[in-house]
Amino acid sequence: MSTVPDIAKDASTVPAFRVARSTRVHRFVLVVSVAIVVALASVPWWAEVSVARTMVTFFTLLALAQMWNLLAGYAGLVSIGQQAYIGLGAYGLWLIGDVLGLHPFIAVFAAGLLALAVALPVAPLIFRLRGGYFSIGTWVIAEIVRLVVSNIQATGGGSGKTVLSAARLPIDTRITGTYLLALFVAVGSILLVYFLLRSRTGLALTAIRDNDIAAQSSGVNVFRSKLFVWAVAAFVCGVIGAVVALNLLRIQPAAAFSINWTAYALFIVVIGGFGTIEGPLIGAVIYFALLQSLSQYGTLYMLLLGIVAVIMATVAPKGIWGFVEKRWNVRLFPVSRRLLIEAPPPDEEPEPAEETDVSVATSV
Amino acid sequence: MSGGSSERAVVLELKDVDVFYGDFQALFNVSFRVEEGMTFAFIGANGGGKSTLLRTIAGLQRPASGQVLFRGEPVDALAAHKRVGLGIALVPEGRRVFPSLTVYENLIIGAYGGRKGDWNIESVAELFPLLKPLMKRQASSLSGGEQQALAIGRALMSNPELLLLDEVSLGLAPVVIKRIYEAMVQLVGSGHTILVVEQDVGHVLTVADRVACFLEGRISLEGKPGDLTSEAITAAYFGM
Amino acid sequence: MTWANVVIQGILLGGLYALFATGLALVFGVMRMVNLAHGDLGILAAFVALFIVQSLGLPLGWATALTIAIMFLVGYALQRGLLNFTLGTDDTRPIVVTFGLSIIIQNALIMKFSADSQGLDAGRIENISIKVSEQLSVGWFPLIVFVIAIAVIAALEVFLARARLGRAFRATSDDREAAELMGINNRHIYSLAMAIALAIVAVAGILLAVRTTFDPTQGSFRLIYAFEAVIMGGMGSMWGTLAGGIILGVAQTVGTQAFGAGWGLVVGHLVFLTVLAVRPSGFLAKTVTA
Repeated sequence: MSTVPDIAKDASTVPAFRVARSTRVHRFVLVVSVAIVVALASVPWWAEVSVARTMVTFFTLLALAQMWNLLAGYAGLVSIGQQAYIGLGAYGLWLIGDVLGLHPFIAVFAAGLLALAVALPVAPLIFRLRGGYFSIGTWVIAEIVRLVVSNIQATGGGSGKTVLSAARLPIDTRITGTYLLALFVAVGSILLVYFLLRSRTGLALTAIRDNDIAAQSSGVNVFRSKLFVWAVAAFVCGVIGAVVALNLLRIQPAAAFSINWTAYALFIVVIGGFGTIEGPLIGAVIYFALLQSLSQYGTLYMLLLGIVAVIMATVAPKGIWGFVEKRWNVRLFPVSRRLLIEAPPPDEEPEPAEETDVSVATSV
Repeated sequence: MSGGSSERAVVLELKDVDVFYGDFQALFNVSFRVEEGMTFAFIGANGGGKSTLLRTIAGLQRPASGQVLFRGEPVDALAAHKRVGLGIALVPEGRRVFPSLTVYENLIIGAYGGRKGDWNIESVAELFPLLKPLMKRQASSLSGGEQQALAIGRALMSNPELLLLDEVSLGLAPVVIKRIYEAMVQLVGSGHTILVVEQDVGHVLTVADRVACFLEGRISLEGKPGDLTSEAITAAYFGM
Repeated sequence: MTWANVVIQGILLGGLYALFATGLALVFGVMRMVNLAHGDLGILAAFVALFIVQSLGLPLGWATALTIAIMFLVGYALQRGLLNFTLGTDDTRPIVVTFGLSIIIQNALIMKFSADSQGLDAGRIENISIKVSEQLSVGWFPLIVFVIAIAVIAALEVFLARARLGRAFRATSDDREAAELMGINNRHIYSLAMAIALAIVAVAGILLAVRTTFDPTQGSFRLIYAFEAVIMGGMGSMWGTLAGGIILGVAQTVGTQAFGAGWGLVVGHLVFLTVLAVRPSGFLAKTVTA
């Protein structure tokens, strides 16, 4: 919970400015979060297998939504082709686990590298496209990967593959391991976004999102910042795909490379709120609750989600969290920098930041 | 102020207009009247709110409070494209001709939503003879002065009663500026009312019937050019 | 000479791709918006025509005319009532909304018509062909589709170049705000552009439906091909889009001939990526037509 050093310390004039990001609320959030994660980590030891498997789905969707939000909400890269990296991760698990013989739990991460290996060379190409055309460009890449995988005999063609190396693991080990990996990926994706946004890249992204050209002229390397985010998202989506494959054991190109992956992520983020870490969290919970109660309606469910997404994006583009944030002025994850003006400090250690911030918060 | 002008009809009146860009207030409590057949000049430094004023009158910017009255009727509810039909035409800052359209097409489109009247391609070409040989050229290939003439001609095609000119001399050669100011005199002579905004005070004071200084979003001085001393103008211009 | 045959098939297929791409390019040109539901709207038109033929018993010609009119109105209403509100603030909103629209259309069609493949029957014309030589024959229907594509593009170009409204389209494309100062209501112009785009994609959707079978998920692929045609065409004019469509069509048929079924589409995509890579600069704004 670091506070950036007092920039006006030496000047000791009144009032002092401080750039701060943390508040007491955030310490509380941290404690609660750790407790929740610990509780979640214990699930495989006392809950039923079906619960653990359902939770894996939840975790993977949450992580996927975080990555999609990182791309679309923070970097302005509205990808509708993340299914390329989900699918590559799934097939990567099979390739590295079954063909190369690595332990499937380790292969999960190696599969992320496979996704990265495809994402990096295509980036310079599709980054030439802007806005909606960029979006379709990402989709073209996903289509190419899907078609190639479907057409190759070695990957099982259209009928796909079973991940035997994972299927042969003892069932308890597999369920528990998959669960913990999924939890790790979900928590990891949140932390990753959090620390990424607090880094220089985060600052650069905010500048780019506000004004691409101005950011460039003030020395922000737009291409490198975007590429970095793109690569991170591809790697994590690869890992997510591998965890999904570990959970299902069966991989088929139509499902692994389905546009629905992107649709789910988009719905979660749009409902929860763009450009915040909290948004996808809330969105994922809502989405998942709806999924559990409405999934038997399949088509109707998707139809409703589409309608909700259109309405939300039109009338409430900041989503549910945007509403909460505005209404109660809370932020659980202190990623934005706030410029604080305070009375001259009576002694050396000013108490960390109250919410008396003045304007310039680069609200991320 | 002066007795003679009170008989003329008021074309434009602003009452206590405040305009914001987000949190930034660009205009503070701006009020003034423009009478028929008058050349009203706004001068002031860059960023003083002059362009915002013209954009507000044209309907591109909405006031947060206050009223814009055209011929006594409030026009605040009307979008920019509807105000053209009433007879308000803005020649925007930076000329903003349609680059991919030809000169001829730029002029034709000027009449799109305008009023019926005497202005047509021929009369515009008469006012700005330099446009005559350029009719088939793409507007993007024109020089700055040619583009400015085109932008004014395009606005005239809508047969405006009130012509709003935003920084029409900016970046142009003296000979071109001279021609544009001559044209302004001709236009007033033919019954148009002109509201002109300039950073460059020199020319505008020679044609203006009335001048107002703009400083940080407020009118800091208003009067007839002859009544205002250059010291007063300098003070109002720079805020000293 | 099967290769000549393959190339001709590809060229004719390219006409259909261009017809799908035209509306996408028009909408982008006028309002800088990429409609991700464009392909789905074309498929929707095919289903509307199918519904009219099956339920009202009208002949295909009348159904087509009616569908074009319906899609024109749908386009206007969609833009005026929904999409206009997503423009201007940031780039992501129209993308999200049109993507959501795509999901809505696909799933609504599945609910109403099932996910099964359907066909529109145009009668004998579908199966007759002109025999040029022993190895080379050209189907009448693909040829007609190609001619229709050229006619539609030519009409659109003439409209943009000559009509009063066409000029307003181009002026709005150049500078929205300056166009407003000319008395042009940009919201109306955007809505008309979308209306025309959907009228054209209705033609494309119905022709596709006659040519092959179709199902509710086809729209996605139509969007991708249309997009590739637009980008390869260079976004300068509608004729460029036709050229882009032809390149894609030929790449696909030649790819299929050379590498077998399934690889044709991959070759088409790879040709697209190659064009994207070798073009001198990015594909930022260009106006509707040169």
